[in-house]
Amino acid sequence: MKTVRIDAKGMHYTPLNQKIRAAVADGAEEIILDNVLGQRFIGDGLRGNVRIVINGVPGGDLGMFMSGPTCIINGNAEHAPGNTMDSGMLVIHGSAGDAAAHSMRGGKVFIKCNIGYRGGIHMKQYDVEARPVLVVGGTAHSFLGEYMAGGLVLVLGIGKDKAMTDRGIGSGIHGGEIIIRGEVDDYLLGIGAKKFKFTESDLERIAPIIKSFCEHFGYDPAKFLDTSYTKIGPASSRPFASKYVWE
Amino acid sequence: MTLGSVPPKFKVSIDRDECMDCGRCIENCSYGVYRREGDRILVESRKCTACLRCVAMCPRDAITLTEKPIDYRSHPLWTREVREDIINQARSGKIILSGMGNARDLPVIYDRLLLDACQVTNPSIDPLREPMELRTYIGKKPSKLKFKKTESGDVELETKLAPNLKLDTPIMIGHMSFGAISLNSHLSMARAVKETGTFMGTGEGGLHKALYPYQDRMIVQVASGRFGVNIDYLERGAAIEIKIGQGAKPGIGGHLPGEKVNEEVSRTRMIPLGSDAISPAPHHDIYSIEDLVQLIRSLKEATEWKKPVFVKIAAVHNVAPIAAGIARSSADAVVIDGFRGGTGAAPKVFRDHVGIPIEVAIASVDQKLREQGVRNEISIIASGGIRSSADLAKSIALGADAVYIGTAALVAMGCRVCGNCYRNLCPWGIATQEPHLMDRLDPERGAFQVANLIKGWTLELSELMGAAGINSIESLRGNRDRLRGYMLDEGMLKILDVLQAGA
Repeated sequence: MKTVRIDAKGMHYTPLNQKIRAAVADGAEEIILDNVLGQRFIGDGLRGNVRIVINGVPGGDLGMFMSGPTCIINGNAEHAPGNTMDSGMLVIHGSAGDAAAHSMRGGKVFIKCNIGYRGGIHMKQYDVEARPVLVVGGTAHSFLGEYMAGGLVLVLGIGKDKAMTDRGIGSGIHGGEIIIRGEVDDYLLGIGAKKFKFTESDLERIAPIIKSFCEHFGYDPAKFLDTSYTKIGPASSRPFASKYVWE
Repeated sequence: MTLGSVPPKFKVSIDRDECMDCGRCIENCSYGVYRREGDRILVESRKCTACLRCVAMCPRDAITLTEKPIDYRSHPLWTREVREDIINQARSGKIILSGMGNARDLPVIYDRLLLDACQVTNPSIDPLREPMELRTYIGKKPSKLKFKKTESGDVELETKLAPNLKLDTPIMIGHMSFGAISLNSHLSMARAVKETGTFMGTGEGGLHKALYPYQDRMIVQVASGRFGVNIDYLERGAAIEIKIGQGAKPGIGGHLPGEKVNEEVSRTRMIPLGSDAISPAPHHDIYSIEDLVQLIRSLKEATEWKKPVFVKIAAVHNVAPIAAGIARSSADAVVIDGFRGGTGAAPKVFRDHVGIPIEVAIASVDQKLREQGVRNEISIIASGGIRSSADLAKSIALGADAVYIGTAALVAMGCRVCGNCYRNLCPWGIATQEPHLMDRLDPERGAFQVANLIKGWTLELSELMGAAGINSIESLRGNRDRLRGYMLDEGMLKILDVLQAGA
């Protein structure tokens, strides 16, 4: 495997991304970024099958518009990792800020610990291949999966009494599904969101995702492979249909 | 039904002496006003929207259409419209939606601004003889230029220039999405802007494959729903525009009903077939001016700083400081959309009551940017109710670099401003995805008409400039001395920084 190592210490994000692009164009299969500290837009609009290992804490919009690469982040991530991402993968060995996986259309974002507000907001899907997945090991703040139009948000609540304690889950959701470990109190649901029974066939469907998540972070998947989840989906695919009348 | 029905809005009648019974009215009306019973064409006026398709297609001019054939008791406060809206809401309990731009009879500031011309002391310029420079560059301009001498004695520019769009005329076509309007409308406009050396916006509907040949003339939009946005789309566009707000409905999002999401629309927006396409009110990754900077830079970074990025906002009360913030945010142009801006559908209360006129917005934004010494950092594109070359010239004299037209381009393709865009039944083949209706708009013919409109306005602008003794668009820009106010109050003249006619 052709590996390129870049020391990002004190480097602005534009030259850093230029170096990454040059390495990809040069046929690098793995790029290791050391001493990353707050550089935004890493992998922004990047194409290809490259694997990028980020040692440190990347800044906002990590992997935005990204199409293909896999990023392994050995640290936390900032605002909106996976923003409007098309395909590829982000594996974050830590927590992430607000608007994680915002408007994501495909690929996977795995976050070991917690995320901020508006996680998975306006995630959407198109076709079967372009189905985005956001998995959060810990918990998420309010407005999780708000305006969601497709894809899957999974919250495992590892190390928490309750996986979700913040309100506004799935307000305005009109497609896709939010699956949360354990019970979810009714008052946490946003307008337009509805609870559904999590079935064996649901488990069968998401089991490969759970296994993959556990493999990345060294958890035993057996602990999560049961039907003790709550599934939240849209009460209607036309949440605003009854709000308007024509002139 | 204690409310009964409200009177029909239009009365359609056929002059039976003229009618030759060809049935073109029946064929052309997509709203079902006409039908044949036996040997007679019957008319159901209640279904009429005054799109005038039947009138335009009748070979004998046999059709007459009257607006508001029934009078209510007249009342200055309780107008017919007010009464009918109340009846509608008493029935439904819902928000009233409407199409096209602000329909209230409010004074138009453009009509109270008058242009100047030369007499005697400085001669006017004849555009037939003298070159008129209309070329406009949209984007950041350097505050100073640095040169260096090469060994061979040549002079080379040392300053790195930011990417700009080069327009042959300061008229662009604004963002109307594929989905809201048909592919043939987009094709017509794309060919027209290519021919006339200008640009058009995609709207938030993605870029259809059929438009790829015109991609270097397209400004791709990134709005809160991020529909159709991926790296491929961003790279194809000549420029990228972030839509924060829209003049027809400032502060709220957009909503394309599932009925309009057919296979082509679904593929282009990258959303499932038949699902509602909902754009949230804010961008949920922008909750502050710092976040806007981040989105702008993320778009530039994704496209390797090769493309100008515009930010479109609705003209609202604090438009000037907002634009000043945008000027410092790495954006290359700010688009200001006035309260008369059009739309496929907007809540009527927003369309008619929220926002401010584009004329005052241009003046106050230009003023603020000049005061702060950042006018060169950002171009101003004005939109929302630009109807003619006079509006265009006045916009530039108030301080705009260029304008976006919307409704005017639609009218050039056949639109009669009936305002029923949301029904997917547009008989002119514009605001519809129905193949049999869309086929009525021939892209070649449509392109010819839209290009003609742009050419006509460009000629008129040259004449207006020549008459004023100006031979370059740069000398007209922000040149408020060439405007005078007529029947405008002192406060308005002060905001516009324009003198009273006679002064």
